[in-house]
Amino acid sequence: MHDSGKILAGLVVFGALVTFPVWYHAAWGGPLVKPRLPADLAEKECIAPTAYMREHHMELLNSWRAQVVRDGHRSWTGENGRQWRASLTKTCLRCHANKADFCDTCHSSAGVKPVCFDCHVDPKGKN
Amino acid sequence: MKRFLQAAMLFGVLLAGVVVASQAQGLRSVLGTVLPYAAVAVLLVGVIYRVAGVWGRAPVPFRIPTSCGQQKALSWIKPSKLDNPSTTLGVIGRMALEVLVFRSLFRNVRTQLKPGPKLAYVGGWELWAAAMAFHWSFLLIVLRHMRYFTEPVAGFATMLAALDGFFEIGVPTLYVTNVLIVAGLGYLLLRRVFDPQLRMISLAADFFPLLLLLSIVVTGGLMRYFGHTDVASIKELAIGLITFHPVVPAGIGSLFFVHLTLVSVLLAYLPFSKLMHMPGVFLSPTRNLANNNRAERHVNPWNAPVKVHTYEEWEEEFHDKIEACGLPLDKP
Ligand code: HEC
Ligand code: HEC
Ligand code: HEC
Ligand code: HEM
Repeated sequence: MHDSGKILAGLVVFGALVTFPVWYHAAWGGPLVKPRLPADLAEKECIAPTAYMREHHMELLNSWRAQVVRDGHRSWTGENGRQWRASLTKTCLRCHANKADFCDTCHSSAGVKPVCFDCHVDPKGKN
Repeated sequence: MKRFLQAAMLFGVLLAGVVVASQAQGLRSVLGTVLPYAAVAVLLVGVIYRVAGVWGRAPVPFRIPTSCGQQKALSWIKPSKLDNPSTTLGVIGRMALEVLVFRSLFRNVRTQLKPGPKLAYVGGWELWAAAMAFHWSFLLIVLRHMRYFTEPVAGFATMLAALDGFFEIGVPTLYVTNVLIVAGLGYLLLRRVFDPQLRMISLAADFFPLLLLLSIVVTGGLMRYFGHTDVASIKELAIGLITFHPVVPAGIGSLFFVHLTLVSVLLAYLPFSKLMHMPGVFLSPTRNLANNNRAERHVNPWNAPVKVHTYEEWEEEFHDKIEACGLPLDKP
């Protein structure tokens, strides 16, 4: 007696769990959607190099918040010397006016839900 | 200490190699695609081979009644249904408690000489707490990591992330599991290093997995809380892997490749290591067999047939003689 049936059943479950993403994708998966910029955006550059923004935008926002809320200091100078108003709605969302196609597509595919827009307003959005 | 140093040195060499390799752009397609595939293949083949091919070939032993509670006996003796189950349901209960809450770790007792002098057996909760903190955090982290491997992100991954980041400390939010897993692994490692009795029985193979896991967790934490990585590009890599169209997007930091390579090493190492206790616990004869030796007859299936003469047959044979003597009969 080797209890082969039970062992095989256990191994099938193990294999199914290890390969979960593969069959999940086969059953329900969709394409990865890239964030889109508004078609009519005249600016060609972000406030910092794109690679930096992809990795660190949340940190930058956090430091903006700290400088505005704690120090009352509302301007921020980019690397190229250009002055920006340190504001989520009035700066980021002025260029990235399409929050749903930009911030949100990226965040939903990364599984993050920033709480910022519980309070901050998205001028063109529903909230 | 010698065996700890051995493990630490071996691990140090591995880590140094991985760090150096992760710097080389040319090796990225190997570290980012070939190695993860190879590691998962080794994991699957290795676990299946060891469980089905090695352990599964061993015959199921006679039920071992070495459990730690009263077995089912006469109706007025209270049986210990979970510690010494006599039914399949009881076995499932015992196994579930073992797998989910590590009940047996509470038996980690030590003898102590208390004033008196009195000899006392004191149970330690620390090992249990550290093991629970580590294993559950590990599970939650792996489940949360499914956000990289599912598009659209599976509901449980976002739900767990919200739960895990409940306190909303910092940006990005601190995950409670990250604190717990470092504390748990740290305790489990330091325990083996600083406790002389444990150091005595610890092998290099006990330290190595702890160092490996700790470094995976630390590189993950560095990426999230300190260095930051391009999560969107990493997701492209991950989705590429699971759809079998591997890509290595440019611009991913080298720390990620250290993280991923250490994970690949862990997966490939698992079937050869003590980490096989994961499937092993389900195949432990002292856990997975009901203690019903006295209620049911278990016959070794490959024994040569034995000619037996049962009591019923014997009674029937001598029925009249027994009756004549006035002795009691089962079937008068
Ligand atoms: C002046 C207009 C402008 C402002 C203000 C601005 N951005 Fe951008 N942003 C851009 C442009 C243009 C790009 C695309 C750059 C490229 O394609 O290389 C971009 C790219 C990005 C990216 C990378 C997207 C990708 O697909 O790789 C992120 C993330 C980002 N911005 C976030 C922000 C955040 C957060 C803020 C506010 C702190 C902000 N941006 C403010 C114009 C702007
Ligand atoms: C509880 C509500 C609330 C939440 C949630 C919140 N903020 Fe704010 N935030 C405020 C208030 C109030 C101010 C002050 C507004 C002012 O003085 O202009 C502010 C100011 C800021 C500012 C500077 C001023 C401006 O115009 O933007 C930044 C940047 C900012 N928050 C970023 C964030 C980010 C990023 C998040 C998400 C991680 C976030 N906030 C979440 C309430 C909130
Ligand atoms: C290229 C993809 C991408 C784009 C575009 C993008 N984000 Fe993000 N963002 C991310 C990722 C990925 C994270 C989470 C990083 C992590 O989990 O470590 C994140 C996290 C954040 C966080 C921190 C959330 C938290 O609770 O930890 C804030 C705030 C944020 N993004 C704001 C924005 C805003 C505002 C925009 C639009 C102007 C934007 N992001 C556009 C990818 C993106
Ligand atoms: C044994 C498996 C693994 C363990 C234990 C592990 C552990 C961790 C931990 C503890 C973190 C810190 C943040 C968090 O908890 O989410 C982390 C982050 C991370 N891990 Fe893993 N990891 C594993 C496998 C992987 C794999 C296979 C990938 C490949 C996609 C990966 C990619 C990442 C990335 C990109 C981050 C940074 C997240 C961020 O910046 O928010 N990990 N890992």
